[in-house]
Amino acid sequence: MADKGVKNGRRKALKLMFRDIGLAGLGGIVWGATATKLKASELTLRPPGALLEEDFLKACIRCGNCVEACPYDTLKLADIDDHASAGSPFFIPRTTPCYMCPDVPCIPACPSGALDAATIPKEESHEKKAIPDVEKARMGIAVIDQESCLAYWGIQCDACYRACPLMGEAITLEMKRNERTGKHALLEPVVHRDVCTGCGMCEHACVTEKAAIFVLPRAVATGMVGKHYIKGWEREDERRLKELKDKKEKTSKPEDILNNWESLFGDD
Amino acid sequence: MGIKRRDFIKTSAIAAAASSIGMALPKELQAAPPDTSEGGWRWDKAVCRFCGTGCGIMVATKKDKIVAVKGDPAAPVNRGLNCIKGYFNAKIMYGADRLKQPLMRVDENGNFSKNGKFKPVSWKKAYDEIEKQMRRSLNELGPTGIAVFGSGQYTVQEGYAMAKLMKAGFRSNNIDPNARHCMASAVVGFIQTYGIDEPAGNYDDIELTDTVVTWGANMAEMHPVLWSRVTDRKLSNPKRVKIINLSTYTNRCSDLADVEIIFKPHTDLAIWNYIAREIVYNSPDAIDKAFIDKYTAFVTGHVDTGYGMRTPDHPGFTDKERETVKREVSKKISEREAVTLNYLGYKEGDTLEMKHRAAANAHWVIAFEEFKKALEPYTLDYVARLAKGNDEEDLASFKVKLKLLSSLYIEKNRKVVSFWTMGMNQHTRGVWVNEQAYMVHLLLGKQAKPGNGAFSLTGQPSACGTAREVGTFAHRLPADMVVANPKHREVSEKLWKIPKGTLNPKVGSHIMKIFRDLEDGKIKFAWVNVCNPFMCTANAKHWLKTARTMDNFIVVSDSYPGVSAKVADLVLPVAMIYEKWGAYGNAERRTQHWKQQVVPVGDAMPDLWQYVEISKRFKLKDVWGAKNIPGLEGGLPDVLDDAKKMGYDPEDTLFDVLFANEEAKSYQWPDPIGEGFHNTEAEGDGRKIIGADGKEWNGYGFFIQKYLWEEYRKFGEGKAHDYADFDTYHKVRGLKWPVVDGKETQWRFNSKYDPYARKEGIGEFAFYGKALKTIPQGTLKGPDSTKGKVDLKNKAKIFFRPYMDPPEMPDDNYPLWLCTGRVLEHWHSGTMTMRVPELYRAVPEALCYMHPEDASKFGTQQGDLIWVESRRGKVKAHVETRGRNRPPKGLIYVPWFDEKVLINKVCLDATDPQSKQTDFKKCAVKIYKA
Repeated sequence: MADKGVKNGRRKALKLMFRDIGLAGLGGIVWGATATKLKASELTLRPPGALLEEDFLKACIRCGNCVEACPYDTLKLADIDDHASAGSPFFIPRTTPCYMCPDVPCIPACPSGALDAATIPKEESHEKKAIPDVEKARMGIAVIDQESCLAYWGIQCDACYRACPLMGEAITLEMKRNERTGKHALLEPVVHRDVCTGCGMCEHACVTEKAAIFVLPRAVATGMVGKHYIKGWEREDERRLKELKDKKEKTSKPEDILNNWESLFGDD
Repeated sequence: MGIKRRDFIKTSAIAAAASSIGMALPKELQAAPPDTSEGGWRWDKAVCRFCGTGCGIMVATKKDKIVAVKGDPAAPVNRGLNCIKGYFNAKIMYGADRLKQPLMRVDENGNFSKNGKFKPVSWKKAYDEIEKQMRRSLNELGPTGIAVFGSGQYTVQEGYAMAKLMKAGFRSNNIDPNARHCMASAVVGFIQTYGIDEPAGNYDDIELTDTVVTWGANMAEMHPVLWSRVTDRKLSNPKRVKIINLSTYTNRCSDLADVEIIFKPHTDLAIWNYIAREIVYNSPDAIDKAFIDKYTAFVTGHVDTGYGMRTPDHPGFTDKERETVKREVSKKISEREAVTLNYLGYKEGDTLEMKHRAAANAHWVIAFEEFKKALEPYTLDYVARLAKGNDEEDLASFKVKLKLLSSLYIEKNRKVVSFWTMGMNQHTRGVWVNEQAYMVHLLLGKQAKPGNGAFSLTGQPSACGTAREVGTFAHRLPADMVVANPKHREVSEKLWKIPKGTLNPKVGSHIMKIFRDLEDGKIKFAWVNVCNPFMCTANAKHWLKTARTMDNFIVVSDSYPGVSAKVADLVLPVAMIYEKWGAYGNAERRTQHWKQQVVPVGDAMPDLWQYVEISKRFKLKDVWGAKNIPGLEGGLPDVLDDAKKMGYDPEDTLFDVLFANEEAKSYQWPDPIGEGFHNTEAEGDGRKIIGADGKEWNGYGFFIQKYLWEEYRKFGEGKAHDYADFDTYHKVRGLKWPVVDGKETQWRFNSKYDPYARKEGIGEFAFYGKALKTIPQGTLKGPDSTKGKVDLKNKAKIFFRPYMDPPEMPDDNYPLWLCTGRVLEHWHSGTMTMRVPELYRAVPEALCYMHPEDASKFGTQQGDLIWVESRRGKVKAHVETRGRNRPPKGLIYVPWFDEKVLINKVCLDATDPQSKQTDFKKCAVKIYKA
């Protein structure tokens, strides 16, 4: 455990350094200014309750309190040479995932609102204590590389599935017949992004050399379908129409296009 | 590269077998394998090191190192697939802390000292000390003063050699495997029901059945490759195929199951009887009357048999322990038992004196009407109230499930397979509940038929092949023979070429008793083989303390420093699976052999060599004179004169007689079957190891593994335990015994498939096992000595067994049930898998699974560190309220693979009184924040 002492020492030093900068009253402004310029933090996973990346980097004062509060040493502070995100908290699930503490101690430790309980729905039984429901946190999304996933090969693995704190919800197993052997079903893990918190327990547990399931920030890992098409087979999908905002359509004059007819002969 | 003729024949045979049960042939087999010999590595067939499924693997060797494995596409069990543990077979041998030289506790002068620190010693010094300590115990206590902890992970040859050395050499029956902990109840169930051990069916039942019912078997985690076959069967016909999962907590099998039945611990006894009652009272047409009349008999046995614990007067017990142990001699009849033991006249509050502790195995024939009468109390109403395991489920819905369960069994033309493992075997009435499974299947005539049968799965890779078939038990000899039977001893003495009267007729100490004898000073030398008993045995505090504080000598042969090694006096480094020749037998009677692929690491030597080397240190005159055996009148006779008549000299060593005799030497090495492969035992391996005699090891000079196999298989020849010859197994992907005229047997006892059943010539079936077939007659109350014994030749027995409470149940002070078990990622005590970095990272510690409301009720929550405490001991573990196992309120589950969470300190060492198998699934605990 000597190792841990060193780590903690280093963490404290970093924390103090950043706190001093913060105290100088420049913190927010300095970090805020660089945040927009650099994309270095695009792939960084933030603690539960973090604001959207841009807002988070502006709001975070690099005090390190959340890192101190984390009982599993999951959270780390970014090194000073990490540019934009220097001094900000992050975690690497392959090393230590977020264990999703029911009392989410990192959030109340945050003095600046960069970690904001309001971004996570509250747990009903905890309503009075205003503890956010960590199972609704959205730190990222687990993504599977099917080519290197043993379960997709037919190996009876599903280590990620069993490691998932929301087993059977965030990751389910799709059972398929294995035509190659004729008698051993494939049990393929599938991530459900509306449930996955991005805690990274799956990435941590994955037994391949480089994890075949890994967590990416939601913004990076998700696509988005246009609201002009609604699934005819799923009633719920209509909800997307509600999100439709009035938008000024771009217009151009058709006659201008027509009068450009000479461009058809541009090659002559 | 074309397919060789032999491969072609094999492929055609597999294709024929596959098509006969309507399966597609794996694509790999249709194409010739790629030629990889140019890459500098060699592929050869082997078998997975881990569970009882018995998956075939291919091992790639390069520069004398295992570099890769793949599932063997030609292996019928797994067809090229593996589970997450099998995936790591190539890595288990190369952990950082692999034991590479003998280590002994020594003082400053380098001499053995019980309180010394472990230091490297030579093989010679290690063996000098083993010899000295064995002699000391033998001289002081006789043959019963020494003991061997055997294993279901022994290769067949290792188990056979050690059993022969102990029984024929040292005349001690104190050899018992860790398999006692995993399937002894199944064995007694088989022997009592059929007169012969091991399942009638095979894994093809999965593809052939319509219904899979798991009883206390979390196959999804413990037999994952078989579970993938169950899953595939379900997917092949989702409407027709039904899966029912019976468990005391929600586990991974429930994902696939149509119905999950969560029952209270121990009430499986009542649920089976409910099904039988439904058959007998409400669906008598479902009884296969012709089958019952011709092939079965109804029987029952005693109930006042105790729980395999020591009596409360034992000085080693604490007062707290005595609160439970007192039930070994008598107990108050509970409200529940007042119903189920009413047939014996007991009422609630009566005292049940345990009068038949020593006659727990006795059973006698009863009339069908008696059998029917005994089932009467097991109504849906009573059983549902008794058995419902989840407080949150309403009784009505539970009743619907039980009803559905029984109707699936009963439905005509519906095939049913019942699978079970530790839930039913690790049970203080484990033999009973095994017999109840056969009761239901036999009543319906759904046994020993393709797709129909009660199928006991095993946990260990050679629990069947070695522990059971070789008979590395305190009471057994090879091929289902027992030491207590004079005829069996005679047969064995002949085959072993030892004088009549050499073998000890008195049953030795089973694994729990070896520990208890160590604590009582009755055993002072113990050798641990291929297992980790100080971690895997219940009530561990007693045994750990015994090893470290009492006058005894513990030798541990192992590959990694586990708990047993830590409390040992001498640790010997062993060769691991692919570093030696060997054979395993899986749960479907399939025997699979492999060759030594690489030279062992460091100075590690094969287990077989370790056992055989000690035989060189003892002469016949040391062991074959008259010997005192506690409890055996007259002791063991002096057989040295008879030995002389057989041509032996008292100065001959056990090595000369048991292992290097003329027959042994006739198996020459080199042998064409081993061309290109190492054989450390036969010829050394170039490491120039300085051996147990202080000289360079250059081998025995003969093919000892082949000799042992060929001698061993004579025991079963012609006795429905036939194996093929050694060379055949190196050409095929295993064969299911009995192997008769070169053909394996698919379904035993069924004349269509089993030549032994056919030979009896009595019809479609013959339950031809020979053991325990002549038994008394009587009534439910007991045997009737005025009536003669009956001969049940070729019949199976249908037992009536009642529900009884287990010896320890939750109460105000210890309000929770504790259940232990395994997780998919780790094998047993984790000595191998915890050293595979990927598996360690996946599951680094054993968690305490519990219901979230229980967590908050006891002032704790997800992730907290808590104490789990019983009357015997306590351990710390982290709370897990999410994830793979979801217990109902009132039950917690803690796996036992993690030595940091040594849960066996907490468990109760109560056993089934017949099988002596410990119940690791039930004891009462409390929890509180650490």
